[in-house]
Amino acid sequence: MIPHERISAAIRAAGEDGRTALVAFMTAGYPDKALFRTTLAELAGAADVVEVGVPFTDPMADGLTIQRASQGAIAQGVTLSWILDEIAAMDPPPAAPVVLMSYLNPLLAMGYERLAARAIDSGVAGFIVPDLPLDESGPLDAALAARGLALIHLVSPVTPPERVAAAAQASRGFLYAVNVTGITGGKKAADGDLKAYLGRVVAASPVPVCAGFGIRSAAQVADLGQVVPGVIVGSALVEALEQGISPAAFLATLA
Amino acid sequence: MNRTASQAEAAPSDLEALLDGRLPDARGRFGPWGGRYVPETLVPALDRLQEGIAQHLHSAEFQGCLGAELRDWVGRPTGLTFAPRLSAAWGAELWLKREDLAHTGAHKINNALGQAMLAKMLGAKRIVAETGAGQHGVASAAACARIGLPCVVYMGEIDCERQALNVDRMRRLGAEVVPVTSGDRTLRAAIDEALRDWVSDPEGTYYLLGSVVGPHPYPYLVRELQAVIGREARAQVIERAGGLPDMVVACVGGGSNAIGLFHGFLGDPSVEIIGVEAGGHGTALGENAATISFGRPGVLHGTYSLLLSDDDGQVYETDSVSAGLDYPGVGPEHAFLATIGRVRYEYADDTESLAALDECCELEGILPALETAHAFAGARRWARANPGKRILLGLSGRGDKDMPTLARFPKQRAAQ
Repeated sequence: MIPHERISAAIRAAGEDGRTALVAFMTAGYPDKALFRTTLAELAGAADVVEVGVPFTDPMADGLTIQRASQGAIAQGVTLSWILDEIAAMDPPPAAPVVLMSYLNPLLAMGYERLAARAIDSGVAGFIVPDLPLDESGPLDAALAARGLALIHLVSPVTPPERVAAAAQASRGFLYAVNVTGITGGKKAADGDLKAYLGRVVAASPVPVCAGFGIRSAAQVADLGQVVPGVIVGSALVEALEQGISPAAFLATLA
Repeated sequence: MNRTASQAEAAPSDLEALLDGRLPDARGRFGPWGGRYVPETLVPALDRLQEGIAQHLHSAEFQGCLGAELRDWVGRPTGLTFAPRLSAAWGAELWLKREDLAHTGAHKINNALGQAMLAKMLGAKRIVAETGAGQHGVASAAACARIGLPCVVYMGEIDCERQALNVDRMRRLGAEVVPVTSGDRTLRAAIDEALRDWVSDPEGTYYLLGSVVGPHPYPYLVRELQAVIGREARAQVIERAGGLPDMVVACVGGGSNAIGLFHGFLGDPSVEIIGVEAGGHGTALGENAATISFGRPGVLHGTYSLLLSDDDGQVYETDSVSAGLDYPGVGPEHAFLATIGRVRYEYADDTESLAALDECCELEGILPALETAHAFAGARRWARANPGKRILLGLSGRGDKDMPTLARFPKQRAAQ
């Protein structure tokens, strides 16, 4: 199967099981670099898609939790190249499709062609790039699309309808609907406006829509699951990992 | 992408495009540089700002109001001062464009006032700003007080310590100052934090960016507001000195005072233009803030420009005695001017800049900002190699704010 189709198929398969798909986020190499493969394997066994965060020094769309995780990982020497090598070396490979979440500069530094080739070699299925809006995404998209890799675009509650439609058409794997006008890990998202907005996004999107930012409880997952096929859990999971809670056990509390 | 490839994308004829207003282009590009690399949440706010600029910035109404405020409240035009004793010491003819005489003590006020007025016109309810040395924070706080908008200033914890006087000034001017304890705890972390604040309320909040950096349309907007420096300076130097300077020089951190001054002279082929970056205490990554000299192409804070980052794309901490130059990026228009070779960029280190500062104090009775001291160091070197020539130096700000830092260094005597 083409890499980006693995992602959308995994999300749709959860729906066929009567579940809301869980996209689980971890920052690579945090809290403990030595446990990266173990944690990723465990998450990939429990979630439908895993989003692995590439640490960056200036994560402008992220809140304190993911900032702290990024700094901790960088301090341990985690780099994009190391992450790709580690995923490539996993035996067996992660059970669920893996996408990398990275700010643009580390991707730019590697070079898009080399990045795409190494992603294929590592079994990574796609990328989420929070500081790359649709208008600037052409060069990276070309390198990824040529190899069937996903470039997952983001939309937010303030995105005008025509941009939502354009992002949905361009997105491969899934479309990331940001729940709040703000950074990750902040205010909880759950009200009527939110569901109306997500409903509009779903209606515009040929690929599955996953909602993220501020998701911390089973009640939220159930509530949003009425509208979207999948949700993304980030800061809450990073905090659980910091406390030594098993990722599978934490994800089980959200189901 | 490597630097050679990027350089190939811009040609010298692009200077004409810049001069006749075709750059930045519709996507905010100066050749390959610039653009808009921000979270999707900010795109509509940037679109609104771009529309607001197109509608108001050059309108007779806005320019009339801004011009009156620049005259009556800021004190423009700022003076042009001949520097007789430095001229004698250097063997050149040195003229100083005195932005240190502008209200609040630096060129920053031109931009802060203009953007605050624009923000109010566009319906903003509050202003957020970031500051390094504190000059942009003070200017923003003062401009917001003048027009009646609440102002929150993010400032790195380290900068709060080394610029404590400015923190107090901002608070007295009614601004809320938020010390940033994350990241490198300097200007860059403050920008990260201001952007996060803005992402959280892009409709009611206006982000008053302090330099020619950031996503389009900020590099354009800030340049347009600072271009008053170069317009005034060109007319003044022709009138007072009887002709154009042979060389124009300014310090470059993000690069707003430099771009403002340079724009007056880019179309004069006889004028050599030099930007002086912060050489810190060494040439290795992390020891300086000389982005154009030592950086590589990259994306930070919403723009594609030159950047002090490593092979893995991580942005490096910078080091300079001058908080206002201590930034790992540079405005995309400077990257463009470097690429096409219209402006030459060099650097001066901490020691050389401190010596130049003391020399200016002793010979001209002017205490320049530590940022500006880098321009003096660069000008001094050029004067020695070009005796008898006329130099115009952008004296971007006054050094009162730097007294706590200067107290750590024994007074220098410039090497003769």
